[in-house]
Amino acid sequence: MSLKIENLHANIGVREILKGLNLEIPKGQVHAIMGKNGSGKSTLAKVMAGHPDYEVTGGSVSLDGLNLFDMEEPDQRSRAGLFVAFQYPMEIPGVTIANFIRAALQARLPEGEELDAVEYYGELYKKMDALKIDRSFTSRAVNEGFSGGEKKRCEVLQMAMLNPVYAVLDETDSGLDIDALRIVSEGVNAMRSPERGFLVITHYQRLLEYIVPDVVHVMVDGRIVMSGDKTLAHKLEAEGYDWVEKETLTNA
Amino acid sequence: METKPDINIDRSIGDFHYDVDYEFDAGTGLTEKTIDYICDVKKDPEWIREFRKEALRKFNSMPMPTHWASHDLENIVFDNIRYYLSQGTQPKRSWDDVPEDVKRTFERLGIPEQERKFLAGVEAQFDSEAAYSNIKAAVGEQGVIFVGSTEGLQKHPEIFKKWFGKVIPTGDNKFSALNSAVFSGGSFIYIPPGVKVKHPLQAYFRINAENFGQFERTLIIADEGSEVMYMEGCTAPKFETSTLHSAVVELVALKGAKIQYITVQNWSANVFNLVTKRGLAHEEAEIKWIDCNIGSRLTMKYPGVIMKGRKARGEVISIALAGDGQHQDTGAKMIHAADETTSNIVSKSISLGSGRSTYRGLVQVGRHLKGCKNNTECDALLINTDSRTDTYPAITVRGKENACQHEASVSKISAEQIFYMQQRGITEAAAVSLAVNGFVNDLVQQFPMEYSVELKRLIDLEMEGSVG
Repeated sequence: MSLKIENLHANIGVREILKGLNLEIPKGQVHAIMGKNGSGKSTLAKVMAGHPDYEVTGGSVSLDGLNLFDMEEPDQRSRAGLFVAFQYPMEIPGVTIANFIRAALQARLPEGEELDAVEYYGELYKKMDALKIDRSFTSRAVNEGFSGGEKKRCEVLQMAMLNPVYAVLDETDSGLDIDALRIVSEGVNAMRSPERGFLVITHYQRLLEYIVPDVVHVMVDGRIVMSGDKTLAHKLEAEGYDWVEKETLTNA
Repeated sequence: METKPDINIDRSIGDFHYDVDYEFDAGTGLTEKTIDYICDVKKDPEWIREFRKEALRKFNSMPMPTHWASHDLENIVFDNIRYYLSQGTQPKRSWDDVPEDVKRTFERLGIPEQERKFLAGVEAQFDSEAAYSNIKAAVGEQGVIFVGSTEGLQKHPEIFKKWFGKVIPTGDNKFSALNSAVFSGGSFIYIPPGVKVKHPLQAYFRINAENFGQFERTLIIADEGSEVMYMEGCTAPKFETSTLHSAVVELVALKGAKIQYITVQNWSANVFNLVTKRGLAHEEAEIKWIDCNIGSRLTMKYPGVIMKGRKARGEVISIALAGDGQHQDTGAKMIHAADETTSNIVSKSISLGSGRSTYRGLVQVGRHLKGCKNNTECDALLINTDSRTDTYPAITVRGKENACQHEASVSKISAEQIFYMQQRGITEAAAVSLAVNGFVNDLVQQFPMEYSVELKRLIDLEMEGSVG
C-alpha cells in the first residue's frame, strides 16, 4: 500500500515542468521533497490534486493501487483520500471555516445522510484546541484576513478533520514563526500513523527538525535525482544544492 | 474555470397548479367596463370607483418607460391579461373553511407548517382575494388590524382613506397607475400607538391562473412608537405565456415607529414583476426594506424611503439573483427631506448564465438640509462568462454637512477558489453554491431564521446545474 508516482510528466501551457518523476511513499511513512525554487515541487502537489492549469502528458499516480488520473475532478481525488495543504491557501469570502469543513465532510457521506452537528462541533473544537486555534475562528471566513501562520494552521485543521490517507504539505513552514512551526508540526506528528502517508515539500531543513522524515528526496528540474535519510537534509542545508546538480550530471 | 451556459432550473416547487372554478372572472383586456365589473363584484365604495377610473386614464396616457428601462416591457400584451379573478368568497379565518382544492395548493406551499410556527397571523392571497386569513388572538387584542385591502377600505375607511395612495401617487409610474386601476388583494395593517408586534406578520402571494395579472395592494401604517415586521414570500407556478405581477406597497411610519418589510420572492421565469414599494418615515421613525428577488423574466423594483421627519432612518437591504435569461433590475430610492436623516443601501446581485442584474440607486439630499448621511454599497457577482451586471447610481447631495458614501464592486468566483474547495472534496457545483452563499451571507443573516434557511435553499436550487 503506497502513494506511487511513476514517470510523471506534466506541462503548464507548452512548458514541461515535471519530466519523468518517480516516487513511492509507503503507507505509514513520511517523505520529504527538497529542492530549489522552480524545481517543480509545488507543481507536483497541484498536478496530483488535479489543478486545471496543468496538463498531465505522461505517467501515473496511484493511491493504494487506485489510478488517480481515472478521477477527473479534484473533489473525487480528495474524497479518495488525497489532501493537499497549500502554500497559498485561497480566501473564500463569507464562507465560515465551520461551514466549509462541514460541507467537505458532508460531501463524503452517502446521499441522504446528514452530518451530526453536535458530534461535528465536538470534533472541530477538539482539533482546534490541539492546534491552539481560538474557537472564535469557526465563524470567520476561510482564510480571509488571516495571517500567514493562521492560514497554515487552518490548513492543518482541515487535514485533521478530513482524515486523508495521503497528505501533501506544500511549503507549510513558509511564513511561520518558530512557535507556529512547532504547533503545526505537532499537529502533523499527531496524525502520523501506519494508516497514513505524508509528503512534505519544503525549501528548508528547519521544518524537518520538527517533522522528522523517513526519507528525503531531492528534486531538480522536474525529477527526483537523489534520495536518502534525514542526514541528506542536513547536508543540503549546510552545502546548498549545487553539489547535487554536479553529482547528478557526473552520474548521468 | 470551464463554464457551460446550459442552466436547468428546478422550479418543481412552484410548478404545479390545480384547476379552480373561478366564480368571478373579468375576462381579458382593460377598459372602464373592466373597472366597473371589479367594483361591482368587490362592492367598492364610489370614491374607489372614481379613483380606479382616474388611474386607468393615467395608465393609458403614460408611455412605457423604455427610454431608461428594458425594452422587454414592450412584450407585455395588456389586452391578453385577465385583471380580476375571484372565487367570490369572503376571506376565511379558519383552516377548515378553506375550500379543499385551494387547501391542496397551500399545502404544497407549506403554509400550514408555517402557521404552526410562531407566526402571528397568516394572510395568504389566493389569486385576487385573500382565501385564508387568521390573526392570533394576542395580536388582535393589541388592537392590531391585519386584513385584506378590500376589507381594510370597507371596514376601516377612516384610517385607510387618510394614507391610501399618499406615499405612492397613482401617476408615480405607469405600473403604479395600472395597479391603482385594478388592485385587489394585498394586506391592510394598522399598528396602534406604542404597540410592538413581537412576531412577524406574514403573507404569501401566488399567481395561479394563466395570463392572470396579480395586482395586490398593501398599506401598512405604524402609529407613533409602534413596531412591526411584515414578511412576504412568493412562489408561482410555471406557464407558457407571460404573466404580469404589478403590486404597490405603501408604508407609513409615524413618529418613532419602526417598520421592517421583508420579501423573499421566487417567481417563475415567465413573470414580469413590476412593483412599486415606498415608505414614508416621520420624525425618528425607521423603515427598513429587506428584499430578495429570485426568478421572474424581468423584475423592476426599487424600494424607497422618504425621510420626512427629523432623524428619520431608511434602509434597503437587497439580494438579487438573475438566472439564465432573466433580468433583475432592482435598487433603492432614498429621499432625504429633513435634517439629520440617515439612510443605508446594501445591494448584492448574482448573475448566472446569460442573466443580467442591474442596480439603480437614487439618493437625494436637499439644499436646505444639514446632518444627513447616506451609505451605499453595491456588489455584483458574475458566475458565467456571459453573465452581465450594470450599475446606475444617481446621487444628488446639496446643502452643508451632509455625507454620502458610495462603494461598488464586481467580482467573479475565481477558478483558484473553486479548485481549493474541490480539493477538500466539495463538488464544483456545491463549491459555486457555497461561494455564492458566502457572497450574500452577511445579508442573509438579516432575514429571520426560517427565511434565511429558505433563502439558502432557493439559492442552492438556482445554482444547480449552472456549472460543471
